[in-house]
Amino acid sequence: MLKKRASASRRAYITLMRTLMLAAAVLTCALVLGMMGYILGNGLPNITWEMLSTAPSYLANRIGILPDILSTLYIVFATLLIVLPLGVGAAIYLNEYAANKKLVSVIEYASETLSGIPSIIYGLVGMLIFCKSGTSLLAGALTLTIMNLPTVMRTAQESLKTVPQSYREGAFALGAGKWRTIRTVVLPSCVDGVITGCILSIGRILGESAALLFTAGSAHMLYGFFEGMQNAGATLTVALYFYAKESSDTGVVFAIAAILMLLTMLINFAADLAGRYFRRKQE
Amino acid sequence: MKKLISLALTAAMALSILTACGSKNDTADNTNNDANSGTETTISGTVSTDGSTSMEKVINSLGESFMAQNKDVKFTYNPTGSGSGIQAVSEGRCDIGLSSRALKDDEKASGLVETTLALDGIAIVVNPENPVSDLDVDTIAKIYTGEITNWKDVGGDDAEIVLIGREAGSGTRDGFESITDTKDACAYRQELTSTGDVINTVSTNPNAIGYASLSAVGDSVKALTVGGVEATEDTVRDGSYVVQRPFVLVTKEGTELSAAAQAFFDYALSADAADIIAAAGAVAIH
Amino acid sequence: MAQKKKWFEIAVHGVFLILGLITVGCVLLITVYLVISGIPAIRQIGLIPFLTGKVWASTAAEPQYGILPFILTSVYGTAGAIVLGVPVGFLTAVYLAKAAPKKVRTVLESAVSLLAGIPSVVCGLVGMLVLVPAIRKTFRLPDGASLLAAIIVLAVMILPSIIKVSVTALEAVPREYEDASLALGATPVETYFRVSVPAAKSGIAAAVVLGVGRAIGEAMAVMMVSGNVPNMPGSIFESVRFLTTAVASEMSYSSGLQRQALFSIALVLYLFILLINAALNFFLKRDKEGS
Repeated sequence: MLKKRASASRRAYITLMRTLMLAAAVLTCALVLGMMGYILGNGLPNITWEMLSTAPSYLANRIGILPDILSTLYIVFATLLIVLPLGVGAAIYLNEYAANKKLVSVIEYASETLSGIPSIIYGLVGMLIFCKSGTSLLAGALTLTIMNLPTVMRTAQESLKTVPQSYREGAFALGAGKWRTIRTVVLPSCVDGVITGCILSIGRILGESAALLFTAGSAHMLYGFFEGMQNAGATLTVALYFYAKESSDTGVVFAIAAILMLLTMLINFAADLAGRYFRRKQE
Repeated sequence: MKKLISLALTAAMALSILTACGSKNDTADNTNNDANSGTETTISGTVSTDGSTSMEKVINSLGESFMAQNKDVKFTYNPTGSGSGIQAVSEGRCDIGLSSRALKDDEKASGLVETTLALDGIAIVVNPENPVSDLDVDTIAKIYTGEITNWKDVGGDDAEIVLIGREAGSGTRDGFESITDTKDACAYRQELTSTGDVINTVSTNPNAIGYASLSAVGDSVKALTVGGVEATEDTVRDGSYVVQRPFVLVTKEGTELSAAAQAFFDYALSADAADIIAAAGAVAIH
Repeated sequence: MAQKKKWFEIAVHGVFLILGLITVGCVLLITVYLVISGIPAIRQIGLIPFLTGKVWASTAAEPQYGILPFILTSVYGTAGAIVLGVPVGFLTAVYLAKAAPKKVRTVLESAVSLLAGIPSVVCGLVGMLVLVPAIRKTFRLPDGASLLAAIIVLAVMILPSIIKVSVTALEAVPREYEDASLALGATPVETYFRVSVPAAKSGIAAAVVLGVGRAIGEAMAVMMVSGNVPNMPGSIFESVRFLTTAVASEMSYSSGLQRQALFSIALVLYLFILLINAALNFFLKRDKEGS
């Protein structure tokens, strides 16, 4: 109907906007696929078991990334260990205890401010606060905790909100105190939010580099967990940065990039799965 | 609730596996030619070194071999540049400072002690695609001060020369600028902060020229012959390759080194370490 | 018995109150530390010479600490990234939210999420290995590391943020608006651009501000492609240094006044970010009140 009676300029406008929209979408897709293809294509062939399971050796002229993998795992674990109680606790306060609207909005504004601060500033402040006696994975973990606090708070809050008020009232009616209610009725229901927050945080931590540059350092030593936390260690991203700039072994550089790319895809997939699972649970 | 407990248990198990994993402390198979089994020591502690990025390969090879012989010692290296390393040791933030230039008079006057570990040539590197293979010191100086700006003036392609150099605190820069007499007169396009960075940048730009420690030069760049002399360990040792400087271990007078640091210091200067230093690309002088 | 329970409940309440105030505490902590570390150098150099000085020569024999090159570079770089990123992001968002068939939409959404998750060093790596040589060869420059390379990398990096927030804003437009427009004879495409988009104006503005915030704060990717020489940004083909890269590149070997000047740069950056955040909040609040 339109095609017969519309003016030429209108039709031209529609065609133009349609084309632009499609072009933009295609461009976005092409960027993602291009980057993925380039990194995985160059990186996957270079991933060897030797590289994954050894530390770098100057005498043997070989770069191994096991210390970096371990440092990354340690930092992820330590950060989650600290940020989950803090974030969930803050969400509980906001949802269950806070009565003063003004205070709630101040806390939420602070949380938004934190999520907007660039990671290089986190790195700098983290260095000032936590690195009095040198860099360490623990300092990096503490810095990352502050960075991921808003994320965990938000997702925990969202899932706390889904607990029907009737659950709480029922518990009160049965004589339970507030803390007991929270512990037995509210908290178990917010596991969904906690897990989503976890996954999102892991994704952020894996990709973080500027915040760790000055707090966790750039060493490549093999340690156990507790020793590792007290010493400097490069995570995969920081190691990638230094090897890319300073090493002529492009194979390792691409390999690390490919590993990071695969981890990103894995995290995305996990977040997607978790999101769908929890949404289905609610219905 | 049960889910949380099982999650926590899984995490605890994973943790214990990780702890066991690390405590094996396998720095894997070291092709360690140094059969120095006589030194059965129980030295423990940390040896912290800080400074020159040119010395990265040499000092880390020594550190690795030292750690292999003394399992309770932890050796660390912080690549911050010669100037920064000298400052670190003077402020007591590290055990041994690393400098790829001799100490200046005012640094010696403030109580710092220099001990030459090795000699190192400063390679003048260009991209492997660059047809130019030889330049003399004067021409190099003219290129770096901006008098000569096109490769065709020195026998290469018609392209602008891209000058790569180091940051102001670098020992390599100090050595290069003193020998070519271009102090404070170089017109760098980029001032990079590490040896590896210079090598990488030159290897990816067909028209770049840079200077870096000979020990770091591999197949990715081409080292020029200076005045017809190739940069090798022999020509550095006998002085015919003029662009060279010492690798120096810097310590503070009056401050006693810890047992571990002193042991490493002695080891680095011993005859046993000479092979390692040579394998890393520098010229051992002990 | 009830007394003990009451004290227990008060204690628990207190614990949670403290936890709740952690974010506020963190913001205060960060602000205090930045101000304390950043003020000394500004005092010594002088606020006006610091902010408007055109020469940064922190390691010269006679050091100069003017950060105007960094401020301008950050501004131009962000502006360039916005100019490139917003049209592409906005159009992709409209397509994603309104015009895409269901299957295409799921694929496109996954692609955008993936792009959002790629670590910045990986983006920087691709920029360093692909973009910089490409710029060098295409424009016949001596060196491809330039403001242009940084602008392109930043645009790619802020794309997902712009898309996600715009999509949310577009989806929040009431269906009645669109139905009414269609009933009056407009085509779907005309409806999207003449009705939905203006209705989602604040949300889209918020997306742009978010993009600005991300672009101005990016350090690692930009450090790998922009050349790192503290030039005043004259042409987009020059090597430049941003506020973020200025801090990151010299921090490891700096000392004394140079180090303190770097903290002052971080303070300036932080203030920029606070301003941008306030703007973001303003747009979001307007959006909430509007609908």
